[in-house]
Amino acid sequence: MTSDHVDGAIGEAPATAAETGDPELARLVAETDEGSQELAPVDATSPVELAIEQGGVLRVPESDALDPDAADATFGAGETMILNVGPQHPSTHGVLRMMVELQGETILRSKPVIGYLHTGMEKTAEELTYVQGATNVTRMDYLSPLHNELVFSLAVEKLLGVDIPPRATWIRMLMCELNRISSHVMWAATNGMDLASSTMMIFGLRERDLVLGFFEKVTGLRMNHNYIRPGGVAADLPDGWEDDVEAVVDTVGARLTDYDNLLTGQPIFRERTEDVGVVPAELLIALSATGPLLRAAGVAWDLRRAMPYLAYGDVDFDVVVGSVGDCFDRYAVRLNEVRESIRIVRQILEKMPSGDYRAQDKKVTPPPRARIDESMEALIHHFKIFTSGIEPPEGEVYVAVESPRGELGCYLVSDGSNRPMRMHIRAPSFVNLQSVPALLRGGLIADMVAVLSSVDPILGDVDR
Amino acid sequence: MAPAGSLAWQIPALGQIPTVNSAGDEVFFPTRDRYVEVATVLRGAGFATCSDLCAVDYLTHLRRKVPDGVAAERFEVVVNLLSFTPARRVRLRVMIPEDDPVCPTLFFVYPGTENMEREAYDLMGIRFDGHPDPSRILLPQDWEGHPLRRDYGVGRVPVQFKEAPGPR
Repeated sequence: MTSDHVDGAIGEAPATAAETGDPELARLVAETDEGSQELAPVDATSPVELAIEQGGVLRVPESDALDPDAADATFGAGETMILNVGPQHPSTHGVLRMMVELQGETILRSKPVIGYLHTGMEKTAEELTYVQGATNVTRMDYLSPLHNELVFSLAVEKLLGVDIPPRATWIRMLMCELNRISSHVMWAATNGMDLASSTMMIFGLRERDLVLGFFEKVTGLRMNHNYIRPGGVAADLPDGWEDDVEAVVDTVGARLTDYDNLLTGQPIFRERTEDVGVVPAELLIALSATGPLLRAAGVAWDLRRAMPYLAYGDVDFDVVVGSVGDCFDRYAVRLNEVRESIRIVRQILEKMPSGDYRAQDKKVTPPPRARIDESMEALIHHFKIFTSGIEPPEGEVYVAVESPRGELGCYLVSDGSNRPMRMHIRAPSFVNLQSVPALLRGGLIADMVAVLSSVDPILGDVDR
Repeated sequence: MAPAGSLAWQIPALGQIPTVNSAGDEVFFPTRDRYVEVATVLRGAGFATCSDLCAVDYLTHLRRKVPDGVAAERFEVVVNLLSFTPARRVRLRVMIPEDDPVCPTLFFVYPGTENMEREAYDLMGIRFDGHPDPSRILLPQDWEGHPLRRDYGVGRVPVQFKEAPGPR
């Protein structure tokens, strides 16, 4: 992140010819009664003006394109056509519908139409207690369930003000980094499939399965784990977990070379991804984009580094950034983030502390099973936690973590009862999807699938 | 009086805005009229991106704690702004009355709020004045009501655990 970006983002006035004091330049610039008519450099335009000028968003009602009677088959020169893609399209990563305005093969404006997977999970969260809440949020972004559980648990813990034992923190970090690996290799798989490399699809799914196998051993499930809970994690790591993790990261690390051999240097892949879907970093910042999408454009913004949570301050890793911000950079950033995650996991293997895996606070976590047989008090605490649950004090908190797709935030409002009064998830896919019209604008319809895939929208996360 | 280290000391325009510290986060309570102006000032001060915008319905909890000089209303629009250098967050909470659920749009300050405001309109029924595309985003266009309001009922399907009683 250079300071230029921030300066550009706040729209500072450019240096005028009079200020620079160049007489030759001043002669060329005619002064009018409306001030200098000098053409400012492009980067002096504020991102807001850029967004409005370049306006890639097609703002027409979604039902218009559905009316067959309104269709007109005769096109004059210069006329545009609105093409509907999806929601049932294999390369839309779920049920995403795109309306694209075409002039010939060039995309002018576009509009992602979403909501086909909306199940009202924020409303459901108001019906569930804080103890049950993690089972709900884990179903939102189904490729990174552990990050969803993490952000919810961190928000509840911030409301409660409880401290988490170090081992629980490090177990959470281990699981989240493994989840990042599984999510990124799954992305590489679907991206390969979108660009007609079905070998990549098989490769990516194969590596993801290794990680899911470890998750199954630890949490009992391959998805929707409900493993990270307010107060710690659900269970300690199983015996011999070090060997399993080592086997996973060794294998994935070695097979990343296969990905390089298959795609990175391959002319067809590079032709399809290089210089496709490029927008300036300032526009992405103005459009609130985060994650690999923003980092590929050269902005080194990673919450793990900038606002460390868990124990990310104690491990050594690099924030991977791109230079051009095209689809290839987004591919390269994700691939190298897998390498960084492997680096973090290896450090966790060395530094994993011993101790409790959940806070020993009777009001937050249930007592161990053995205590229930011995102590009446433990039985009462156990019963209270699973019937009425945790009751945090009144208040509101916003917590954000770096999910594989960007900033995953949780805004939690408590009214002092055992259920959240409002739980809002700031879904990275939902916000990043806003950049798609800007990325598509001026490109070819044939590149649309490559661009959509490179943004990595998870529709469960978009619609919630 | 703003606490030490508060943004209100660095940005004079924030001096008059009621503020609290909520679990370590700085929260400002601008009025509905001054909300866009305050956001513009903050963007000029380095808060380059709007990371989140959502609406909250306090119908069941109207007597919540708010700082002096702020009249609690039923709805709130909550905006989380983010600065990259230095890494810092600030939150704005804007009171929206029940009988006039309208809020000025932040689109012309932060274009990234376009979808977030559409979502807040769709699910909470707060209209954003001046928004370029004020339509529903998640629910069908002909949906009635705004489901995240506290007085919007939750549909339930009765579950039959035992065999249905026979004809006799």
